[in-house]
Amino acid sequence: MQRLILRKLAAIVVVLFGLTLLVFSLSHATGDPRYLYMTQYTRTTSEAWEAQGKAMGLDKPLIVQYIIWVGNAVRGDFGDSVYYQRNSLEMILEALPATLQLSGISFLFAIALGMPLGVLSAVKRSTVWDYLGRSFALLGQSVPPFWIAIVLVLIFSVQLEWLPTSRRGDWSHYVLPVVTLGWLPAAGLLRLTRSSMLEVLDSEYVKLAKAKGVSSLNIVWKHSFRNALIAPLTFAMILLAGFMTGTVVVETVFAWPGIGRLAVNAALNTDFPLVTGLALVFGVVFLIASLFADILYGVLDPRIRYE
Amino acid sequence: MSERQISAGSPEFTIGGGRITKAYQSFRRWPFIPVAIAVSLVVVAIFAELVAPHDPLEGDTYDRNEPPAWAEEGSLKFLLGTDHIGRDILSRMIFGARVSLIVAVTVLIAGAALGTLVGLVAGYMGGLVDEALMRLVDFVFALPFIVVALVASVVWGASLELVIILLSLFTWAPFARQVRAESLQLKTMDYVALARVAGASGFRITARHILPGVVNTVMVLSSLQVGSLILTESVLSFLGVGIPPPQPSWGSMVSEGRQYISTAWWISFFPGFAILLIVFSMNFFGDWLRDKLDPRLRQI
Repeated sequence: MQRLILRKLAAIVVVLFGLTLLVFSLSHATGDPRYLYMTQYTRTTSEAWEAQGKAMGLDKPLIVQYIIWVGNAVRGDFGDSVYYQRNSLEMILEALPATLQLSGISFLFAIALGMPLGVLSAVKRSTVWDYLGRSFALLGQSVPPFWIAIVLVLIFSVQLEWLPTSRRGDWSHYVLPVVTLGWLPAAGLLRLTRSSMLEVLDSEYVKLAKAKGVSSLNIVWKHSFRNALIAPLTFAMILLAGFMTGTVVVETVFAWPGIGRLAVNAALNTDFPLVTGLALVFGVVFLIASLFADILYGVLDPRIRYE
Repeated sequence: MSERQISAGSPEFTIGGGRITKAYQSFRRWPFIPVAIAVSLVVVAIFAELVAPHDPLEGDTYDRNEPPAWAEEGSLKFLLGTDHIGRDILSRMIFGARVSLIVAVTVLIAGAALGTLVGLVAGYMGGLVDEALMRLVDFVFALPFIVVALVASVVWGASLELVIILLSLFTWAPFARQVRAESLQLKTMDYVALARVAGASGFRITARHILPGVVNTVMVLSSLQVGSLILTESVLSFLGVGIPPPQPSWGSMVSEGRQYISTAWWISFFPGFAILLIVFSMNFFGDWLRDKLDPRLRQI
């Protein structure tokens, strides 16, 4: 277990190193990185221009510039936001809780919806239930998240006037964003749970349990579901990546004050320091989440041996 | 395992006799409707100039926010209505189909070719080369695509070319991983060993004896990827970092109609529905093809 965690941590460090290298090379991709870090207002004087160059070590070799840049980034200094003229990290940390809260609730929603439906689909294999479940899964993975959001707003906010269209607030503000964000992972979980349930239901020990006369309720939930539970963890990376894209879209549509919306606005305002800071934060959150998934996988299934 | 390999499409599979069940099974046996949708999209995209009733970029503000033809105030002139500056929605969707098609086809060709090449090289060479290439694949999988795309759009500005390049850089990885796994298996086959004994070069073995064995996998993966490629392009365009306006793209059309949702729902609704339709069709077709050609890929 310790070896597994160490291995994963090492992999994370490598990925983060690659990510910083990528962002750093992008800052040089169009020539002088000062154009990305300074606005037409802050670069009016040649003194300011020179001072910025000195701070970034532009007169030094690239490797030194990279070390300066990474050193700053590690200490949480991604550079001031060009558009808002504020410390980028401060802005990110202000927006982060809203995102984590929305994602957490949506994740629970996705589990509560996707896994039971997956079990139902597998147990009632090739009946109407199964086809309905699988159609839902296929449909869920095909619906553009921004479109389902707009259709939900059209129905529940504009027509029925039951729920608010956007922003954060009491519980009613959560319903539409959570449903939109949870939809896609629920569909993915349904598919994964279904296929691993089918595999387990077909295994020898389930057949033995059946032969022994164990009730079918016990077979499904005790003998099979517990084992099928781990399957979605195998694809945690793919589910998480989809979740992240979903966050960005949902926050944009519902004007949710989280880091996804901040990232889109930063990109539209060509705010390089802020958007790169967000890229690094997104990367760290993503990698930590996938590390947790891996550890959980190892704990739940002792058969897993990492070579 | 044995039970799972009987795909719902195979003729001997007749458990469950409900009407919905039967309909679904005949649907799966040969997915006619999804294929028809996909083919008509391709035809429409290629002959957009001939099919579109109006200019996709020009509109008369006098005609703005016209509802679809079947609505009370709709007219047959604009079948699916017009947007906020009077452009015909249907015509814009037809030209938007061309954008989706260009993106999907170029990215798939680039991604599949690069991924297959990397997978074959890694699988055949083994050792350090394999290790390095597979770590690169892991790295691509671990990158948060959407934020990388946002950063790139700041540096180079949004454009069709950038969307294609970005998607290609992420699409090759699953191909590489799967092709490598398959070619490792094929390498141990007797006919490969015999070819080696007969003095075939490494290039010849890979090209003539291993590549044909992975073609099925590449086909299935491609068909499974089309849907998510179209979806991702539309997400980027919706966020404003994909295809720049006024070029019509389904994602940006939905975004443009967002502020008129309470008065002119059709501006956003139809382009989004078109995305849903084509992505659903492609996913369905991909599923079917996988069951037919390569059931081992079930989990993907």
